[in-house]
Amino acid sequence: MDLVTFLIQILNALQYGLLLFLVASGLTLVFGIMGIINLAHGSFYMVGAYMAFVLTGMTGNLMLTIALGIPLAFAFGALLEWLLFAHLYKRDHLEQVLLTYGLILIFEELRSLAVGDDVHGVAVPALFSASIPLSDTLSYPVYRIVISVVCLLLAGGLWWLMKRTRLGMMIRAGSHDRDMVQSLGIDINLLYRTVFALGVALAALAGMLAAPISSVYPGMGGSVLIISFVIVVIGGIGSVWGALVAALLIGFADTFGKVLLPEFAGLAVYLVMAAVLLWRPEGIFKKG
Amino acid sequence: MSETASRNAVSSSAAETLLEARGLHTYYGSSHILHGVDFRIGKGETLGLMGRNGMGKTTLIRSMLGLVKPRGGEVRVRGHAMTGGPTHRIARRGVAYVPEGRGIFPNLSVRENLLMAARPGVDGQCNWDYDRVMHTFPRLAERIGHGGGQLSGGEQQMLTIGRALMTNPDLLILDEATEGLAPLIVREIWRVIREIRDSGIATVIVDKNHAAVTSVTDRSMILVKGQVVFDGASEAVRNNPELIQRHLGV
Repeated sequence: MDLVTFLIQILNALQYGLLLFLVASGLTLVFGIMGIINLAHGSFYMVGAYMAFVLTGMTGNLMLTIALGIPLAFAFGALLEWLLFAHLYKRDHLEQVLLTYGLILIFEELRSLAVGDDVHGVAVPALFSASIPLSDTLSYPVYRIVISVVCLLLAGGLWWLMKRTRLGMMIRAGSHDRDMVQSLGIDINLLYRTVFALGVALAALAGMLAAPISSVYPGMGGSVLIISFVIVVIGGIGSVWGALVAALLIGFADTFGKVLLPEFAGLAVYLVMAAVLLWRPEGIFKKG
Repeated sequence: MSETASRNAVSSSAAETLLEARGLHTYYGSSHILHGVDFRIGKGETLGLMGRNGMGKTTLIRSMLGLVKPRGGEVRVRGHAMTGGPTHRIARRGVAYVPEGRGIFPNLSVRENLLMAARPGVDGQCNWDYDRVMHTFPRLAERIGHGGGQLSGGEQQMLTIGRALMTNPDLLILDEATEGLAPLIVREIWRVIREIRDSGIATVIVDKNHAAVTSVTDRSMILVKGQVVFDGASEAVRNNPELIQRHLGV
């Protein structure tokens, strides 16, 4: 592998890992703070990708689609929390798994009815459609770099929200003692709804960003869901920072696994998970 | 003595009622804990809530705050019917709670524990802010960056009281604020409770030390098996060893 190919793989690994982080961060927050195992989280990624396909068809512009899609996804998340998830907090994990698995089936069926089962593509926005030449034959698409930058900015924003704002303090406090947070005059239900909706919006955004590079296809939420759970477990349940580190680790393991050991490519991610959990059974970063 | 008398005058029944319960019945599962409890505290008043373990003191508080849903009776906060909560609305009407066992957030720093709770009071008053809490609890100021879980028991208790004050309450409910603490810390906590009382915040104090409670409060209530057996001047309790022996002695 020459240096340019190596650089390209590093950029790919970063971009893939950071995109996974957007999905996994919402999953880890909802799991860590509200105690909910949400199998339908991958569906939000799928919904985002299809939203990109449908809305871009109407507006002709992916960036406008994203600007519309984020508030739509947030509102959708808030509605879903109010309608269904708010009733799950005091239920055990089996019931959560049953409901959220049912949701996956419902979302896929609705998607099939609304958009059909074909594979679709979404055009890369014209502004970012160029490629940066790296050697005589190899170049790197600008759009992938844009994805990485957007994800990094969001990771920073999320870190700031959780560590530096009062909302973040309340969210972290809410993961520890529900009653006490309410006794301080904070509406914990509204707080949870906000966190859930934020997680949905981030997953949908990941789907919208990924649509031009991964195509839009039925069941695309499933594989992302599994890999996101791996990230949540490796990173430490509830830790946004842990999710970022774990997502990058998985991004690199997957990308370089495919390049270096193509015949074992599917295994690399799980080997990393096993190794990390042997080293730290509760994940790299504990909840906090 | 004259100090007590003047406070009694201020907190006569004419003062605005902050928190009131009538005929409260609360159950945990099938066990009947509160049997028709009446409760009232007015603005600026200090009330000692006494009784042996398991008599329903904490359950009464939690029922009034909506943390436990009473099965019968009524709770009013500043005249608004708020039986069974929601807890955050009750708190927003100026009620702050320091629970038994403290309830700090160990995953937040001392500073964050305080800042997350900050808000103006019901009438917009901002008498208590971060700096004043630091001034009142110098020990906390030394630990400001520490995680809540790294504090000693006494420091955690100060943090919980400080955090409650950050909400600029009109009523502060302290459930076993001195339990399990070293004598020096206990003295410090009582000093702060007096300071809070003198600043005009109404307080409900639950504590095993009835001598201390009756000396700090205007009025005392004694609960026995979920019923009020005494509600009157703290002085009357203090001067009645027989009453103390019968309902509070071990």
